[in-house]
Amino acid sequence: MSAAGAAPAVPRVWRKPPLIKSAALRWGIGIAVALYLAAAFGTTEINWGRVWEGLPRGARFFAAFFPPDFTTRSSEIFDGILESIWMTVVATAIGIVLSIPVGLGAAKNIAPAPVYYFCRGFLAVSRSFQEIILAIFFVKLFGFGPFAGVVTLAFATIGFYGKLLAEDIEDMDPGQAEAVRATGASWLQWVNFGIQPQVLPRMLGLALYRVDINFRESAVVGIVGAGGIGATLDTAFNRYEFDSAAAILLVIIGIVMLMEYSSGYVRRWVQ
Amino acid sequence: MTVPVRQGVKVWQRRERAAQFAIWAAWLVGVAVLVVSWSFISEKTIWPFVLDAPQQAADLGVRMVPPDWSFIGQLWRPMWDTLNMATLGTVMGIVIAVPVAYCAARNTTPSAAVLRPLALFVIVSSRSINSLIWALMLVTIIGPGVLAGMVAIGLRSIGFCAKLLYEAIEEIDEKQVEAVRSTGASAAQVTAYGIVPQVLPAFAGISVFRWDINIRESTVLGLVGAGGIGLPLNSAITTLAWTKVSLILLVIIASVVFSEWISAKVRQAII
Repeated sequence: MSAAGAAPAVPRVWRKPPLIKSAALRWGIGIAVALYLAAAFGTTEINWGRVWEGLPRGARFFAAFFPPDFTTRSSEIFDGILESIWMTVVATAIGIVLSIPVGLGAAKNIAPAPVYYFCRGFLAVSRSFQEIILAIFFVKLFGFGPFAGVVTLAFATIGFYGKLLAEDIEDMDPGQAEAVRATGASWLQWVNFGIQPQVLPRMLGLALYRVDINFRESAVVGIVGAGGIGATLDTAFNRYEFDSAAAILLVIIGIVMLMEYSSGYVRRWVQ
Repeated sequence: MTVPVRQGVKVWQRRERAAQFAIWAAWLVGVAVLVVSWSFISEKTIWPFVLDAPQQAADLGVRMVPPDWSFIGQLWRPMWDTLNMATLGTVMGIVIAVPVAYCAARNTTPSAAVLRPLALFVIVSSRSINSLIWALMLVTIIGPGVLAGMVAIGLRSIGFCAKLLYEAIEEIDEKQVEAVRSTGASAAQVTAYGIVPQVLPAFAGISVFRWDINIRESTVLGLVGAGGIGLPLNSAITTLAWTKVSLILLVIIASVVFSEWISAKVRQAII
């Protein structure tokens, strides 16, 4: 045991391997993050006096949830929620119907190249704007009211659903589609019997998910005048009627929860 | 699939008669709901405004071209604020989402009877309220500005991140956890060495994905007074300065494409 003081060839203390292997990259990212945070906090103007002043108002808002006031504005709330629901139903249906041709065109394995690039470009543009920005423009074009909201949500649905449909078709099993084609099926029959059954279960689930998203979005497009419960909510906040606002928020949360549970049942029933 | 014999000829049918009727009935109900919803929307729509939309669109198109490039000097500051709202909001959301997800996951929750339903309720309420509504609420409470936008983004991100994270925690390989536990590790060590390494890649992916979504969301928060690029957008729209609007829209598209590219790169590097 002459080399008692020498370090063992293999370190005896185990260390957890880091997430990023390269040490330079790890330190580089760390320093960049620190610099960014310093810059961000250094340049952000926060009016702490105003925040302090608002805290009692915040406390009043949270107090408004116990109990919320469903009665004073009940007819406005009821109308707004119903309008949001009608908008959701119509926009989801129109959006999904329109997204089927776009999705078929944006699938690389079944569409010719020019159609593919056109449809992909359309999907990219329709997805890059927030629903609210779209809603502002559709309100300008179609006037105030739920129609502009329906167009907004349908447009957003095409972008979302068309992209996922195209990706699902690209992932399908080509053998089944080829088997249907080998029987001499026409193009429509080929799509209906070779492709549709493969993508339907997943797409039904996504349709339910989109209903959920559209309902939540229909609650905000009203802020810019496109119908739904959003306008009522905006008014409630602007008048500092926090107990009515709390009631509206609770109704929205309740409906979203209800949809989440029921969509689980529908999905199990379909599959 | 059934093959009944009709007049001595075998006829292929895709489904049993009962299944076919059930599907037919589902379609009937669906179409009826759609028609009723549409009639409500149509009632509240002023059709002349909708019908002159093509002229309006053409008019708007003419007024928006060319974009007013001289205005871009005034956009760097709001763009920086937008980036900060999205980034710091995401950080805040993640920091809160981690303990919520830990309590919500079935296999790690400290108490399934009390904490788990509470965590799930936090997740649902955070998810069902759009960040614009959070911003609307916070602007009335803590005043207009970047802080309100940041907190709005953060509150909205909690639900999204916690939901995806707790699903990732529930899907971990229990054998690894058991292996760490069998070495005599304490509960904290089991979490640190058995669970965290398994969900860390998913965690990083979720964070970057949410950051990408938040960039898009924070572009509109200015419409309700919460800072960022939405403020100049709102004032340009209300003053009908359409050449400025088109420039702002171009900047927004550029930033969304950029953030999507970064997020795709990072996710590729991690997974």
